[in-house]
Amino acid sequence: MKYLHLIWASLFRRKTRTILTLVSIVAAFLLFGLLDAVRTSFAEAGQSANGAQRLQTGSRLSFIQLLPQSLQARIAQVPGVKIVTYANWFGGAYQDPHNQVFSFAVAPNYLDVYPEMAVSEAERKTFDATRTGALVGEGLAERFHWKVGDRIPMQSTIFPDRSGSKNWTFDVSGIIHSTDKKASGFFDQLMLLHWTYFDETTPYNRGQVGWYVTRVSDVNQADRVAKAIDALSANSDHETRTLTEQAATAAWMKQLADIGLIVSSIMGAVFFTLMLLAGNTMMQAVRERTGELAVLKTIGFSSTSVLAMVLAESVLLLVLGGVLGIALAEPLIPLISHASRGMLALAPVGAGSWALGGALMLGIGVLVGALPAWSAMRLNIVDALARR
Amino acid sequence: MTQLIEIRDVSKIYERGKQKVEVLHHVHLDVAQGQFLALMGPSGSGKTTLLNLIGGLDSPSGGSISVGGQRIDNLGAGALAKWRASQVGFVFQFYNLMPMLSAQRNVELPLLLTKLSSAERRKRAGIALELVGLADRASHKPGELSGGQQQRVSIARAIVSDPTLLVCDEPTGDLDRQSAQDVLALLRALNRDHGKTIVMVTHDPKAAEYANHTLHLDKGTLVEQATA
Repeated sequence: MKYLHLIWASLFRRKTRTILTLVSIVAAFLLFGLLDAVRTSFAEAGQSANGAQRLQTGSRLSFIQLLPQSLQARIAQVPGVKIVTYANWFGGAYQDPHNQVFSFAVAPNYLDVYPEMAVSEAERKTFDATRTGALVGEGLAERFHWKVGDRIPMQSTIFPDRSGSKNWTFDVSGIIHSTDKKASGFFDQLMLLHWTYFDETTPYNRGQVGWYVTRVSDVNQADRVAKAIDALSANSDHETRTLTEQAATAAWMKQLADIGLIVSSIMGAVFFTLMLLAGNTMMQAVRERTGELAVLKTIGFSSTSVLAMVLAESVLLLVLGGVLGIALAEPLIPLISHASRGMLALAPVGAGSWALGGALMLGIGVLVGALPAWSAMRLNIVDALARR
Repeated sequence: MTQLIEIRDVSKIYERGKQKVEVLHHVHLDVAQGQFLALMGPSGSGKTTLLNLIGGLDSPSGGSISVGGQRIDNLGAGALAKWRASQVGFVFQFYNLMPMLSAQRNVELPLLLTKLSSAERRKRAGIALELVGLADRASHKPGELSGGQQQRVSIARAIVSDPTLLVCDEPTGDLDRQSAQDVLALLRALNRDHGKTIVMVTHDPKAAEYANHTLHLDKGTLVEQATA
């Protein structure tokens, strides 16, 4: 600690250069904080106490392949199954194709499988009684200024009605309030429609469902139940794959994009560039200070002390920038989530992100400082002093 | 008088590629405790090389060097660094202060190698600055001081850990006449009043007059010895 002022002063010897390098490090770690939040959000998708009790059954071939609705009754007979429901992807957009809405056409008992979606009793009754009814998430209603009783035009990006038009009309019957904060981003933006209305209106469905959701009586029996459900369709033209909600969500997302790989690739490129930049700064800083380092050695600082001081300087540079960057990401994440109107529900910066970020700061700091620190340690006093 | 420095048959050979250059040839030299020795000679005569050997910055190719009864020519780099920290103060021609540190912090540098508390380090640095007449400039950075003042700060840094020996390489080489005289007077006071043994390399005969002993080096050999 007694060398800290010396390390600090050396670091800011060339203020402009150090500040510019710091800004780059802040930017890199800000990006890390944001991208890690994206990665964490995707990784945590489906991980909830309720989610653990749910199994999702979809086509073994692809998530766009449909399954017969008749399977519901057979799944319900599997020992360990408490309740089974189903849904179809509607692919709705409001007013503009860019205003995509998570919209599912669901079975009447869908809400019974998702206790984290709370709808008032009266609104539930209205929804059940209204063929063209729709339940909308709180955030979604707020986003488009919808209220109960509104008649809203929706466009399906996939399904036309029998006249060939993709324009549908729904009546807002109730508002979904999420009781699970972790998943609230998703439920907040959800729109639920009647599967019967959907099935009768579009000529493309004909008694088929997109996926089944099963609630099991005992979480420990989930694997056995999943195998039993898949056995129902074995060797048929609609073989199924049943996974836990978490695994199903992860598999679904993986079919869209490997978020972990994308995030790692971007961060790899960013940190590689950062290493070159910070490494160059450190090399320049040490080269400029050859005489000063020689003086330190002259007055008795050991080669190891000089090595440690240069390494500490490099680590300090990375830690300063890194901590600032991740700290900046903290208030930005809720702002981005809010600005995306719930479409992007980013996880807050957690202990895991800080730990990974800290390890990166230390690792990169040591890596970029290693070569200049080694040169400083090997510095020959007489040669270095003679160079002045 | 007790000998502080005993140099016996010291040679120094530098290798420049395949060529070997002998800078010092079998030098014998005794420097008594409390002596103020000036080393003079033309450029390339080996003055700075000899000074570096005495200060433990370099090792001889042959012969032995003892300071205060301790052989330093066979010490390892780490032990030599420790020895320098406690026994030698260095004054350079271009002051070699840390430009980003205040005068006070510059003077404190050698004390960072001790176990002194920060309050004690500050106190001792303050005393050293007072001794060189710069107590009121403690918070100034080198860039805010004149050449003479910077050299006095560097002398304060050299004496702050109370070393036995001061080695000075052209301490007035970059100063105007008045500042040079002030610095030399200060060195003489440190020698006379505080008993510091000083070995000073200089080109300037006027500077050498402040020493009580002058030696001339030519082509790596001691050629003349004069006593003031």
